[in-house]
Amino acid sequence: MHKLKLLTVAVAAAAAIGSAQAQIKIGFVAELSGPQAPLGQDQYDALMLLVEQNGGKLGGQAVQIIKEDSQLKPDVANQVVDKLLEKDKVQIITGVTFSNIMMAVHKKITDKGVFLIGSNAGPSPIAGAQCSPYFFSTSWQNDMQAEVVGKYASDKGYKSVMAMAPNYQAGKDFIAGFKRTYKGGTVVDEIYTPLNQQDFSAELAQVASKKPDALYVFYPGGLGVNFVKQFQQAGLNKSMTVMSASTVDGTTLPALRDAALGMLSGTFWGPDFPNDANQKFVAAFEKKYNRIPSQYAAQSYDAAQLLDSAIRKVAGKVDNKKAFHAALKAADFKSVRGNFKFNTNQFPVQDMFMFDVSKDSKGRVSLRTVSKPLVNHTDSYAAQCQMKAL
Amino acid sequence: MHTRSADAALPMTTQLALSQILNGLQLGVLLFLLAAGLTLVFGIMSFVNLAHGSLFMLGAYFGAAAFAKTDSFLIGVLAAVVGAGAVGLLLDRFALTKLYERDHLDQVLATFGLILFFNELIRIIWGPGSIFMQVPDALSQTVSIFGVNYPSYRFAIIGVGLLVALGLYLLIQKTRVGMLIRAGATHPAMVASLGVNIKWLNTLVFALGAALAGLAGVMAGPIVSVQPGMGEPVLILTLVVIIIGGLGSIRGAFYAALIVGVVDTLGRAFMPTVMRGIFERNTADAAGPALASMLIYLLMAVVLAVKPQGLFPTTSGAVR
Repeated sequence: MHKLKLLTVAVAAAAAIGSAQAQIKIGFVAELSGPQAPLGQDQYDALMLLVEQNGGKLGGQAVQIIKEDSQLKPDVANQVVDKLLEKDKVQIITGVTFSNIMMAVHKKITDKGVFLIGSNAGPSPIAGAQCSPYFFSTSWQNDMQAEVVGKYASDKGYKSVMAMAPNYQAGKDFIAGFKRTYKGGTVVDEIYTPLNQQDFSAELAQVASKKPDALYVFYPGGLGVNFVKQFQQAGLNKSMTVMSASTVDGTTLPALRDAALGMLSGTFWGPDFPNDANQKFVAAFEKKYNRIPSQYAAQSYDAAQLLDSAIRKVAGKVDNKKAFHAALKAADFKSVRGNFKFNTNQFPVQDMFMFDVSKDSKGRVSLRTVSKPLVNHTDSYAAQCQMKAL
Repeated sequence: MHTRSADAALPMTTQLALSQILNGLQLGVLLFLLAAGLTLVFGIMSFVNLAHGSLFMLGAYFGAAAFAKTDSFLIGVLAAVVGAGAVGLLLDRFALTKLYERDHLDQVLATFGLILFFNELIRIIWGPGSIFMQVPDALSQTVSIFGVNYPSYRFAIIGVGLLVALGLYLLIQKTRVGMLIRAGATHPAMVASLGVNIKWLNTLVFALGAALAGLAGVMAGPIVSVQPGMGEPVLILTLVVIIIGGLGSIRGAFYAALIVGVVDTLGRAFMPTVMRGIFERNTADAAGPALASMLIYLLMAVVLAVKPQGLFPTTSGAVR
């Protein structure tokens, strides 16, 4: 029996090589080295999870995934995208982790008429004036994750909030997004720390002395690990609520564990979502990779599902761009987040949630759904997008 | 400004200033642990070691791994110090020994290569993400002094740093080994001709510096994210410290580390507020953090302009 299975796999593999000509080529670009690599790795693992579940196929067609590391360097991203477009002649590119990388490659890819399915970064220009029919996002526009936290703070009736973020574009965007939806109180102080600053003791002492009702922070990746550890060590977690965006997530929780308990985080998806598609995804991901998937994995799994549904609709004829575009736009798949459809700018219209860090049923530190402050939320830039017909 | 007072022994602003000074001292002693090794190696061997930050990172990883395995923070510290020291020893004997005769540019290039090597090695062994390291239970509380709640772990860092400083002082000034190190720095040929193996002396110094960097790494581990590349930002601060303190001077490194720690912390804490008193809110919010992060570099520039050899230059002309 076992031997028979092996033989079948071998035959299937041989067949796959034989039909290489008919394969659909998909480029995958993400941060796969350096401190931000866990994000890109989760994007890649989730994409490959669906491809492998389908036996190397998406939408019933054999696919070849060509993986490239953009190293968080726009110039490197440009080179690898050139290679994907000119040498590999991919028909689709997916992934892209950081906003500055997205800004570096978005125009190049979409101008070429190659479909780009972004599964993380959502900088405002490409949601607004620079929107393209060839770009779809299965994640969010950057501001959305801040806006849900602002709405939550309003709902809670917090009168005074302090905000902290690194001093660069995304830090400022995340504080602006928070202020857009935070009503009924004031942001008493905004603290911007240099992007390479690792120790927040001085800033935390300021926060402790001002005693706001709540603290809002945006510290992605390793910075979030630093911040949360130091906040907890200063004993502030006993007296102050922390609302965060992109700070505690599936990639940083393994390094934080109990130190993060009680922290709030706003985003679009959590591993505890009860819908069938999500339960199936989380179970399969944990089984294969032996860790809880992060939101970056969820976004990328949805990108894979979107491609799967659209390729099936056009029966593999992705060169028929008009038909393929319509098939993508339909978003005819069961998103792990539940409600999902594309807005006019081809960013998601979706519910946004708040989570807190707590122990899951297996005693692991994870994100638990707290509330749904925003229903069918759209980003603030869609109005500026004059989408061209294909 | 905000006058909500707690049941405090000191007024709010004084409390805040006190806790900020403690923060500054804590950063300062951590920088000293790094700077001591770097400045010794530079002063005595005239060797520029950019990979010093990697030893800091290795210390954090060794410590975190041993701590996780044994549940004992002390064993973690021991593993970090011994491990980083051993790596330093091996580096000195096998990788760097050919470089001591070469000029500084070669040394910079080679040790920069080592940074890349170690970052990649760590990534292969422990993965690209941060790994878990917590504060030991005994030090996870806060202590209250004059109404200021301060994390006891950071107190412990200050204590350990000062002890190491004292130990180094005694070692260099009061022991035979220290005497040889001092003599080796100024008159290596003479010391060698007296029958002392100058190579082993250098190796000893290098390993000592590496062990101190490892100690700094393991102590920073519970505070900052233990991840590949964590040594680079702290290396830059360390270089500033040894330039301000005077290359090759342990005493200079000590004072400069404390000055840099306190100036950097107070700048970050109070500069934005000060700027708001001078400029309107928007300008101040933009300029405040920028200026605060430049402060130590401005300090360095001023020191270099006034005293090009640093605040505490080594007295002999031989040590560059």
